[in-house]
Amino acid sequence: MHGLVNKAIQSFVIDNYGATQWSAVVRVAHPGCTEFEAMWTYEDAITPRLLEASSDVLDRPYPELMEDIGAYLVSHPNLEPLRRLMRFGGMDFEDFLYSLDDLPDRARLAVADLELPRLDLRELGEGRYVLSCEGKIDGSGHLFLGLLRAMADDYGALVTLDHQGVQNGVEQVSITLLEAAFAEGREFELGVRA
Amino acid sequence: MDAQTPLRDMLDVLCPMNVIVDADGAICNVGPTALRIFGGYSPVKKSFFDVFEVARPRDITCTQSLRAAAGRKLHLHLHASQKRALKAVAVPGPGPDEITVNLSFGISVIDAVRAHALTAADFAPTDLAIEMLYLMEAKSAAMEASRGLSRRLQSARAQAEQQALTDTLTGLSNRRGLDAMLAEMLAEGEEFALMHVDLDYFKAVNDTLGHAAGDFVLQRVAEILRSEVRSHDTVARTGGDEFVLLLRQVAEPPILDQIALRMIERLTQPIPFEGEDCQISASAGTTLTSYYEVADAERMITDADLALYASKNAGRARHTFYTEDLRARMVERRGAGAGNDGAASSAPEVQGDVA
Repeated sequence: MHGLVNKAIQSFVIDNYGATQWSAVVRVAHPGCTEFEAMWTYEDAITPRLLEASSDVLDRPYPELMEDIGAYLVSHPNLEPLRRLMRFGGMDFEDFLYSLDDLPDRARLAVADLELPRLDLRELGEGRYVLSCEGKIDGSGHLFLGLLRAMADDYGALVTLDHQGVQNGVEQVSITLLEAAFAEGREFELGVRA
Repeated sequence: MDAQTPLRDMLDVLCPMNVIVDADGAICNVGPTALRIFGGYSPVKKSFFDVFEVARPRDITCTQSLRAAAGRKLHLHLHASQKRALKAVAVPGPGPDEITVNLSFGISVIDAVRAHALTAADFAPTDLAIEMLYLMEAKSAAMEASRGLSRRLQSARAQAEQQALTDTLTGLSNRRGLDAMLAEMLAEGEEFALMHVDLDYFKAVNDTLGHAAGDFVLQRVAEILRSEVRSHDTVARTGGDEFVLLLRQVAEPPILDQIALRMIERLTQPIPFEGEDCQISASAGTTLTSYYEVADAERMITDADLALYASKNAGRARHTFYTEDLRARMVERRGAGAGNDGAASSAPEVQGDVA
């Protein structure tokens, strides 16, 4: 697994719960290691262990933990560059949804060996969509649900999101776009480097 | 209504940085994004060549020459701002005597986006500019992460080197390793000899044949020294071309002399490196724990040093044992300048002149 993934979990735990909690997580999940390097590759088995240990140590149900991580990735000030990269996907929330199909390829352009869950957006009409997430790690649907919720806020769009469960190993998230320009949204200037 | 309006509307979507020039050379249409670079004022009705300067090719100064350059890549800038370099291509149309000039920011798109506060809506949906900006940010974020990693690795490496007991070039102990071993052996009350070996003419090899040759020679020297002692002895590289050996459980000077002279003889053999012969030699000085009532690391190193310099003064490629006399002579010599100290030293049978 790409170090960026483990590093993201590490940052999430430290930024939201503190370094002591992180030490407790890593002691259970991957003894002998205190932090992960974003640019290294780690054994695939470590990541699920980290997530399960985080869920236990932080006393947060696994699906909610995944949602929190998804939202954290695109809304925490420490990860502003990532939010900006997501905003390059589209001018409004709908445009952004359409860009999700390309997200794994976009990620690969930036970091060649980064493998994201496979995403597929189906349009049901009248502002209703279903996003299928197929990843190596359980709960990628919950992760994207949290991420989409934060991105909707970022664009100022009013949406409802719902995890529809798993079909043949693929997690389904339903999206209803109620109002594209519901609130102000956060600023995004193309030319300002975060 | 102008008959060309539908075509101009098309152009404004497909090429939002278009500028249309009429038969008289006046600007008659400016696309919405092109308008942004004028910072609010419209250049319509002004002469194209009053607003833009075509830098390359150089001779495009009128509508005829602009028309003749149709389809070619043009480099232009605004008269008002030499800094804003633009790429462009001119084509005839859409009106009978009109010329459409389509502008692009080229590689300066990043600066332009900042300077004119452009948004995704300012670029044609098919334009790759947004993808380019995305890539630039993504790559700088990835690069920053890599740089952070390099910095951390570098400092970890420096720390590891500082704590290392081994010389990375030769694999011998380094000064720290030697000090640790010496302290341990003295604490255990072991009997041993401390031999200081210093290469002669090594600097000449480095200077004339280069550092690669110098490094190769040091590695070869390390091999020779290692092969001449037993596995429980210690060989350390303590400086550029200085080595210290700790030889355990040898109390007899003749045996030590033999070992030293054999090493010196082998070190005096030319070492071939990339078709050149590297010619060095070595001098050695030795002291033994049995010389002292209470052996002390610092004292032993200084005494082996004195013996070594006696070897050097006696003509190099020699081996000398420390004596009280040497120390007395050194004290005497201070201030009086160095002379031949006449210490008893032995030299191996060496073929050829090593000087």
